[in-house]
Amino acid sequence: MDEKVLITGNEAIGEAAIQAGCRFFFGYPITPQNKVPEYLSYRLPQVGGCFVQAESEIAAIYMVFGAAGAGARVLTSSSSPGISLKQEGISYIAAAELPCVIVNVMRAGPGLGGILPSQSDYFQATKGGGHGDYHLLALAPSTIQETVDLMMDAFDLADKYRNPVIVLADGCIGQMMEPVEFKERPSEVFPPKDWAVTGAKNRPRNLLKSLYLDPEKLEQHNLKLHKKYLEMAKNEVRVETYLTEDADIIIAAYGTVARISRTAIKILRKKGIKVGMVRPITVFPFPYETFAEISEKVDNILVVEMSLGQMVEDVKLGVCGRANVHFYGRVGGMVPTYDEIVREIEKIRRSQVS
Amino acid sequence: MAGFGGQGVLFIGRLLAHAAMKEGRNVTWIPSYGPAMRGGTANCTVVISDEVIGSPVITSPHSLIVMNNPSLDAFEPRLKTGGLLIVNSSLVTHEAKRNDITVVKAPANKIAFEIGSDRVANMVLLGAYSACTKVVTKENILEALKKVLGEKKKHLFEINKTAFEKGLETGNL
Repeated sequence: MDEKVLITGNEAIGEAAIQAGCRFFFGYPITPQNKVPEYLSYRLPQVGGCFVQAESEIAAIYMVFGAAGAGARVLTSSSSPGISLKQEGISYIAAAELPCVIVNVMRAGPGLGGILPSQSDYFQATKGGGHGDYHLLALAPSTIQETVDLMMDAFDLADKYRNPVIVLADGCIGQMMEPVEFKERPSEVFPPKDWAVTGAKNRPRNLLKSLYLDPEKLEQHNLKLHKKYLEMAKNEVRVETYLTEDADIIIAAYGTVARISRTAIKILRKKGIKVGMVRPITVFPFPYETFAEISEKVDNILVVEMSLGQMVEDVKLGVCGRANVHFYGRVGGMVPTYDEIVREIEKIRRSQVS
Repeated sequence: MAGFGGQGVLFIGRLLAHAAMKEGRNVTWIPSYGPAMRGGTANCTVVISDEVIGSPVITSPHSLIVMNNPSLDAFEPRLKTGGLLIVNSSLVTHEAKRNDITVVKAPANKIAFEIGSDRVANMVLLGAYSACTKVVTKENILEALKKVLGEKKKHLFEINKTAFEKGLETGNL
């Protein structure tokens, strides 16, 4: 398939999963991601897969646990409150070291919040979310094409690290349409899933669990997991830098806000203000080093988010006091406009001159 | 493009986006989504560009298609200076207030009714828009129409096509 198709982000998530070899989906409906299960409910049976609308998010995530434990490529998707419900199961899956992909089409919170776009689940996705010392690999697409590409990578990465991967989208990405291409992928060969529970005839039995009552063993298990996260940080950081070479001010943004910032940068450059952007594509592991390097070259970095300042903490860790870190955010389902971002940059510039 | 839910504004947005994709342009289509009810307002934004598209939501658009009074009131002030306003004059009774824009009126519901169905008024307006802007070709809109209707709604192709052509004539005046 090399022809471009015009589809919504939600449908793209579904199709990319299928093309990445995912044959199982378990979920429970919630706006604004409903097109994901809708699409997979008819598409999965066409390829011999299995779609189950579970009785709740909690049931769905444990179905994911089961399918992943049996060695299948499996997906669940939801939006913010639904992802919160899944956190216990996600912690179990991370502890049992099972690969799966979780999509969060973020909507505004807290609580039931609203159904419009948001990025206020950044902490939840990057710092844990459930209980215990664990991390998800977190990918944050900003176009529909990138959503497709990252969805496919997500399944590979999950298998590679035996770890759940979360794709952090938002209501805009889910609802909008863009032309996309489903590229033929070189099939990567991964070690067979010899840990899966598939029936122990003629082999020693496999055990997948998260309970370790012996504290010494549990500490060893935690350290093993931790080593994996350090590996991810070493190998899997992805980041885009845009017009940073000659920039005086840097915008840090991801997902939908990054593309709005791109338009703001175009307007600002026409006005003669040299602005560039650092766009994290993985938000865990976070591109700390890129921010460390950039903070040697510029004095001001503006973080723009659809939250009241979550990624700004990671940016500050990278910058480590070498540059001023400013913040601009909209919440509640309000999406920042490029005009607002232009104004914020101009404000920073004025305050530097005076 | 904006109107009541059910008037087909999202549909003509999709056709425009499809046609632009066929022409190798970059394009985004984004609906306003939210808690909605029958008869409520609906709108979508289509951005077509030869460059990489940043924001899919535009503060001040180049063109605007309005199918009802609330849409005219809400969006006319946001149109770019020198922009194009396509008005469904069958239903829009309010007058456009600005004089720094081009206003094209098309009695879309009347024309659609005359060719057999009120429901293709949206296509009349898309036709008028296409004639005025020439942003995509007629062939590509019809190609997109075929694709979006699919096998299931194939029988609706002819009437939509006729409505679109009537719109082209209106826009060419």
